[in-house]
This record gives sequence, structure tokens and C-alpha cells, in this order.
Amino acid sequence: MITAGIDCGAKNTKTIIMKNGKIIGKGMVRTGFDPGKAVEESLDQALIDTGNARDDIHKIYATGSGQKAVKIADDSVDEIKAMAKGANFFFPNARTVTDVGAEDGRAAKIDEKGNPLDFAINEQCAAGAGAFIESMARALDVTIEEMGPLCLQSDKEIPMNAQCVIFAESEVVGLIHAKTGKPEISKAIHDAMAGRIASIIRRIGVNEDIVMVGGVGYNPGFISAMKRELKVDTIYIPDEPEYSAAVGAAVVAAEEA
Amino acid sequence: MVLNMSEEVKPEFWRWTESNWKNPDIDWKAAKYITVGIDVGSVSSQAVIMADGQIFAYGNMRTGSDSPDSARKALKFALAVTDIPEDRMDYCVGTGYGRVNVPFADRSITEIACHARGANFIYGNEVRTVLDVGGQDIKAIQCDEKGKVNNFLMNDKCAAGTGRGMEVFSDLLGVPINEVGDRSFEFEGEEPGAVSSTCVVYAKSEATGLLRKGRSKEEVLAAYCKAMAERIYALIERLGVKPEFAVTGGMAKNRGVMDRLMPMVGLKRMQTEWDTQIAGAVGAALFAYKLCQKGKGRKK
Repeated sequence: MITAGIDCGAKNTKTIIMKNGKIIGKGMVRTGFDPGKAVEESLDQALIDTGNARDDIHKIYATGSGQKAVKIADDSVDEIKAMAKGANFFFPNARTVTDVGAEDGRAAKIDEKGNPLDFAINEQCAAGAGAFIESMARALDVTIEEMGPLCLQSDKEIPMNAQCVIFAESEVVGLIHAKTGKPEISKAIHDAMAGRIASIIRRIGVNEDIVMVGGVGYNPGFISAMKRELKVDTIYIPDEPEYSAAVGAAVVAAEEA
Repeated sequence: MVLNMSEEVKPEFWRWTESNWKNPDIDWKAAKYITVGIDVGSVSSQAVIMADGQIFAYGNMRTGSDSPDSARKALKFALAVTDIPEDRMDYCVGTGYGRVNVPFADRSITEIACHARGANFIYGNEVRTVLDVGGQDIKAIQCDEKGKVNNFLMNDKCAAGTGRGMEVFSDLLGVPINEVGDRSFEFEGEEPGAVSSTCVVYAKSEATGLLRKGRSKEEVLAAYCKAMAERIYALIERLGVKPEFAVTGGMAKNRGVMDRLMPMVGLKRMQTEWDTQIAGAVGAALFAYKLCQKGKGRKK
């Protein structure tokens, strides 16, 4: 049986094609201003590798903030369940899963089947979302990709006083004026960010194994800060973590077929 | 490498006008005590020089990256319009977010106490509720007829509703900060709904979306001023408002926020001729004067 999961996010739209419990195709395009078009394109992209046509897909499930744009979907899955099922697909021992998106941070407690038991989410304040690191990268004048590696060059602990992104920007400018090095500032930023995401996770309890999904999984600085903050040795990250929710949607589609 | 200067000069719309002033009717030489209040805020710094408890001169400037330096500059700026030698100061009180970093202060006093005392002086002793909207915080204070604090609430964790939030918007929309208030009323038709995001970072995205939908800058300003007013009101509502009501800090000069806030409060706000940004430093200088009268002035 072939199913598809389409995760239409604020930034990117991701499609996963699954056949009998295996991933056989994936596609990702910018969501941009026309989510409907992004959905079509990512689906077509994913199908290329499989040699299948759209008609071969038994079920398509949608998820993500733009899930309503997925007109071809048979049904939809909420984002918490999609990320939970996605984490379970890669790591069956996962009991806590967390995702830091551009404009929100979330965590879910899950059972051995990947069903969410409890969750916590922050979507009100940029201090607990990817937007925090993005803003700080701008203040430091480095790319977002450089932020993580920079942070690993420092082992100093500089506390950030500001909670708010807007105030933290001024604080970073102050640190630059005080001739603090970019690695040290980057570490302070990641530590502060990890503190906020960890506090979301603590609301549902820290249970191992911990899995991190979403694009932030590519940031080694953030992962090491999270390990320190949660006092754990390992945080599991799937290959290409940004596809996790689409994988979860495809899994649910197969379960419900 | 040739520097392209046209690229280097980026207009800074948030920059407000710095000012200094002297009362020509006061002869400082006749005063028994010259006291100074310095308020080093996150965004602005003020120095108020008092002659026997009356405002003689003040300076109001932008805070730099270094607190001690900003305190010194604000004092120099105030002294510049007078002919008082610096060593004539009998007592100096520092206040504000950077109060521990005023190197020449004899003492520091919290900004809550100073704002209440300062509002009592510049607005009169009928004031019972003081709202201070500063660069990085909002304070709602209840005080008695002497300007003594009874109760207060404060938000200093989040930029929503603070002056810094408004500066971000003035920069985003390219509208000079002192024009924001008036411009926020310059549109045809119905008043737009308030920007719904609390967080300034998200409110910026929301505003960009509104512009893209064809809303004018003025309408977006209206929507943000409304959101600011709602945010500020949420804090004063928690504390409770007792008349008379007075507003200090830079936001008191923004009628875009004030005219939208006052109908929610349901009271008139008191009026003053004084610069509302100096309230904290006025309070500090008054505390300094009180301390001098108690014989705690500097021995020369």
C-alpha cells in the first residue's frame, strides 16, 4: 500500500511517499505565497523517485499550519500527532519529542506506539522559537548556518539577562561593544534558547529517549546546549529531520487505510 | 575599497529629539542646596538639577552602550545650559535600570519610588495612579498624596507595550517616532482592529502582512497603537486605577497610544507642561534634596 504525508509549513512544504512502511520518495519546496502550488510541486517531486503516479497513492494525509491548502488530501493530522508518529517511526523508544519551528516551540510526551499523551506549546513569544536564533544571527552579522558551529568553539558561560528577543538584540549589541567574541555570544544565545525550550519540555516531563525533529536538528550548537540543559547524554535526531511531520502523516494515513 | 556613503547612511526613524533646558527665573547662587537626579534608563537618560527642590535645569538624551558614560553625558548636557560648576552639587541620587552604574551618585533609589515622587511633583499631589511607559518596561504605580508608593506592577520581561516596541515599528514603517501618534489617525474609514500578536517579533510579521494586503502605513500604525494601548491597559487593570491618573515616560507623548488607552481606562489623564521623560530624574533629585535637608549632604 502506498500513502503520502504532506506537511505544509510556514516556510517549506514537505511530502513523503511511503510503501509498506518504507519511505520511497520525498519532496520539499518553499511554501511561498501560493501554498496550493507548493503542495502540488512537492508531491510531484516526491513521486519522481518512486516511479509511481498520483493514482497509485491510496491515501494522502495533510499536516502543518497550511494543511487547509492541501486540497488533494483525504484527511488531516494535527501537528503534534504528526511529529509524534514521525519520531516513533525513526526511534521506537522515543518518549519525548520536541520540535522548534520558526515561530513556535513544542514538545510532546508519547507512548510506545507514538501516540501523544500530553503536549506543551509556545506560539506566543519568539523567545521560545527559531526566530530567536534567526534574529540573533542578524545582530551578530553571521548566517543562521554559522551560528551552531560558532557556539561549539566556546566553553564560556555568559548568561543572557533578557528574555525578550527585542531586548536580547540590544544585549547582544552591548556584548559586541564590550568586545565579547562571536563564539562566546553565540554560546550565550544557544544556552538561553535551550533554557526556554527545556522549560516547555519540563511542563510535560523529561522522559528518555528524547527525539528532536524539525530543521533545528541541523544545528549542532543547539543540540549540545539542549543536552546540557536537560542533563541527558543523547538526543536522537532523524536524518533529514525536517521531514518528520510529513513522515508522521504518511504513517497515520497507512494506519487508517 | 571605495566606500559607498549613500549605503552607509541609513535613516534611523526611532531617534527622538534630545533636549536640555534651564529655568531662567531661578538664581542657583541663592540656593542652599543644589541636588541632582540621574535616571539612566535602557533607552534614555536624564539629569535633573534642582535648586532647593525646584527644577533648575535638565538634560534628556539617548542612553549609549555604557551606563556610567551615559550618566555623565546626561549631566554634562544639563550643566551645559547653566553656569554651575560640577563640584557645586550637594547630593546626587541615581535611579533607573542603570542606577548602580552612576559613578558620581551618592546613593541609588529604585525607579518605582522615583517615578511616583516625580509624578507627584510635575503633576501635583492629586495623582494616585502613575503609569510609566519607558523604553524597556511598563510600570503601574499607586501612590499617596506625598508621592509615596503603596503598590505597583511592572512588566520588564517583554517588549510588547514598551517604547522599544514602538521604536521597532517606527523603523519598520519608516515613520519618525515623533510623528507616529498623529499619523496613526490619518486614514479614511473605520479604525482597523488591533494587531493580534503580542510578541513584537510576530507583530512585525503581522504588520508586513497587512501592508502586503494593501493597508496604508497609517492604518498599520493605528492597529499597532491600539495593540499597545490594550497591552498597557491589561497591566493597569490588574493594579486598579484610582483617580487622578497620570502618565510619565516617553509614551505619554504618543497620542496614538494615549488617545486609544484613555477610553479603556475611563478617566482623563492629567496634563503637564513638563517633559514627561524627566519624571524619574525629578523624583531622584527630590530625594536628594530631602536627604540634604536631613543633613546628609556632601561635606566640602
